[in-house]
Amino acid sequence: MKKILLEHIDEPGINTFEVYRKKGGYASVEKALKTMTPDAVTEEVKKSGLRGRGGAGFPAGMKWSFIDKKSEKPRYLVCNADESEPGTFKDRYLMEKIPHILVEGMITSSYALGAKTAFIYIRGEYMYVLRILEKAIDEAYAAGFLGKNILGTDYSLDLYVHPGAGAYICGEETALLESLEGKRGNPRLKPPFPAIAGLYSSPTVVNNVETIAAVVPIVNNGGDEYAKIGIGKSTGTKLISASGHINRPGVYEIGMGLPVEEFIYSDEYCGGIWKGRKLKAVVAGGSSVPILPADLILKTAKGEPRLMTYESLADGGFLTGTMLGSGGFIVMDETTSIVRNLYTFARFYHHESCGQCSPCREGTGWMEKILHRLCHGHGRKEDIDILFDIAKKIEGNTICPLGDAAAWPVAAAIRHFRSEFEEAALVHAPIGELVAH
Amino acid sequence: MSEVTGTIKFSDEALAQVKRIIARYPEGKQKSALLPLLHLAQSEFDGWLSPEVMDYVASLLSIKPIEVYEVASFYSMYNLKPVGKCLIEVCRTSSCWLRGADDIISHIEKKLNIEAGETSADGMFTLKTVECLGSCGTAPMLQCGADFFENLTTEKVDELLDKWKESDKRSSYLKSVNS
Repeated sequence: MKKILLEHIDEPGINTFEVYRKKGGYASVEKALKTMTPDAVTEEVKKSGLRGRGGAGFPAGMKWSFIDKKSEKPRYLVCNADESEPGTFKDRYLMEKIPHILVEGMITSSYALGAKTAFIYIRGEYMYVLRILEKAIDEAYAAGFLGKNILGTDYSLDLYVHPGAGAYICGEETALLESLEGKRGNPRLKPPFPAIAGLYSSPTVVNNVETIAAVVPIVNNGGDEYAKIGIGKSTGTKLISASGHINRPGVYEIGMGLPVEEFIYSDEYCGGIWKGRKLKAVVAGGSSVPILPADLILKTAKGEPRLMTYESLADGGFLTGTMLGSGGFIVMDETTSIVRNLYTFARFYHHESCGQCSPCREGTGWMEKILHRLCHGHGRKEDIDILFDIAKKIEGNTICPLGDAAAWPVAAAIRHFRSEFEEAALVHAPIGELVAH
Repeated sequence: MSEVTGTIKFSDEALAQVKRIIARYPEGKQKSALLPLLHLAQSEFDGWLSPEVMDYVASLLSIKPIEVYEVASFYSMYNLKPVGKCLIEVCRTSSCWLRGADDIISHIEKKLNIEAGETSADGMFTLKTVECLGSCGTAPMLQCGADFFENLTTEKVDELLDKWKESDKRSSYLKSVNS
C-alpha cells in the first residue's frame, strides 16, 4: 500500500518548509485557492468518505457542511491535537515528524470553511511539539502561505497554536472550546453544536490532526481517488498507534481493510508477540473501546477474518465486537492480568472525569476503588456484579461520552474474562506480580 | 480586579511574550490567553502557582482571581504547591504498565527515598505518577520539564537521575510557549 500521509516520513529534513515544499508540499493550498471554490473543496472531502480520525468516525465532509453560513459572526477552524486517549500517539508522531502537513491541511480546510482565524489546540504535555509547530507556522508565514492575501488571492488566514494544560476531557470538542476560551474543560450541553455556536459562540468546526492532514491528499488527488483505498464506508488510510507486548511498537499507516492478523504478525507492522509468547487480548481503538480476547480480535463471531475497518471491528456489536476508535492498538500477551490492566484504565477515567455529571464523577471513583481492592487481595464476591451495575448506570447518562468511555472497557473486560475477575475476588493475594514483563 | 502585590512581576522578556500571546485572540476575548499565561507564570516563578502569582495573572488579563483559581485547579499541569527543581512525571497507564512502568516508579522511589507525590528532602526532585502522555510505543516513559525520556530501563533512569542532580528544569516551558 502506498502511504499518503507518511509518504515522505524518511526524507531527511521533511520537518522543514524547504524540503516539504520540494516534495510537493502546499500544492493543495495552491490548487484550492487558485482553482477551486470553498464549496468545491468541501465536496471533494465529502466524496472521499473521510471520517473523523479522533475516534468518533463521523463523516468529515458532512461535519463541514453543517457550519452556519448565514451567521454574521467569524467562523473558526480548530484542530484537536489534544491526543490523550491511552494507547494513542499517532498525532504526536505526525506533528513531530511532518508538521507542515498539518499546517497545510489547516490552510486548505480553513479556506473551505471560510475561516479567517484557526487554532491548533495541543495538549500541554506536548510542549516540545508545540515548538515544532510554531516553527513550521513561522516558515509558512514567511513563504506567503499564511497571513494576508495568501498567494496573492483575496483569502487571508491567521493560524495559532494554543497549549492545553493536562486534561483528557479537553479532547471532547466542546470541552476543548471551553478550554480555548480560558475556562475549565467542562463539556457543553448540545445542541447547539459547535457548527452553529462553537468558539466564542461563533460557527466552528473541530477536527482531529489526522483528519485535517488527510485533506491534503484528498484535495491534491481528488476525493474519488482517496475513496478507492479501503472497503465500503471505511475509506482511505489510517494511522494506527501500536503498543504493548509486540516486537515492533510504533505508528503505522495502513490501508483500511488490512486483516488484523496481518497487522499483528507481519514484520511490516507489529512483528508478532514479544518474547515468543502468545496473544491474549487486544484493545483495538484506544482505552475506551471494548477489549477483545485473541480469538475474537482475529476472527469475528461468524468466523470471518477481522479487518481493520470501522465496520469489521464493530461486527458483532459490543457482545463480540469492538471499535476502530482512535486506532490506539494495545496488545497484551498471555501473561497479562486483565483485571490489573483494567485497573489502570479505571484509575485513568476517575482521574480524568471533569466532575460535572454525577454518574461519571462518582461512578468512575467507585469502579477504581473496587478494581483496586480486586488487584490487592481484598476483593469480595459481589464486586463483579457491582462493577457491571455501575458501568451500566454510567453509560448513556452523562453530558459527554467520557462516561461511556469509562463504562465500556469495564463491561467488556468482565464479559470476556469473567473467570479472571472471579479468581481475583476469591484469591486473597495481590495480582500485580502475575505480570512478568 | 486584583491589586498587584509585592514584588510579583514577570521579567521584561516574559511581559513581551504576554503581549504577543494576548494578541492572538480577538478583542475582548483575552481570557483565552489564561492557559498559556499560567504555563509562562510557572516558568517564571519556580515551577508552581502561588495565590499571589495567580492574582497577578488575573490582573494581566483583567479577570477576577477566582477565574484563575478555578482553572488552575482543574488542569493537572499546574502545580498549586512548590515542586522540586526536577519534576519527574512517570506514566502509569496501560501501555506503559504493560512494559514495566511499575518497576520504573518503584526504582525511582527507592533511589530518591521518596514516594510518588513527594519531594526529596533537598528540594531537588519531585516524583509524580501521571496518566497517558502519548508515548505508548516507546514505553515505559517519563517526562521531565518539556522533554520526554522513552524506552526506559532502570539503568537509564539511574543515568538520568545522576545527570539531573545539579539541574533546574522548572523554567523549561518559558521558551516553548511562544517561540
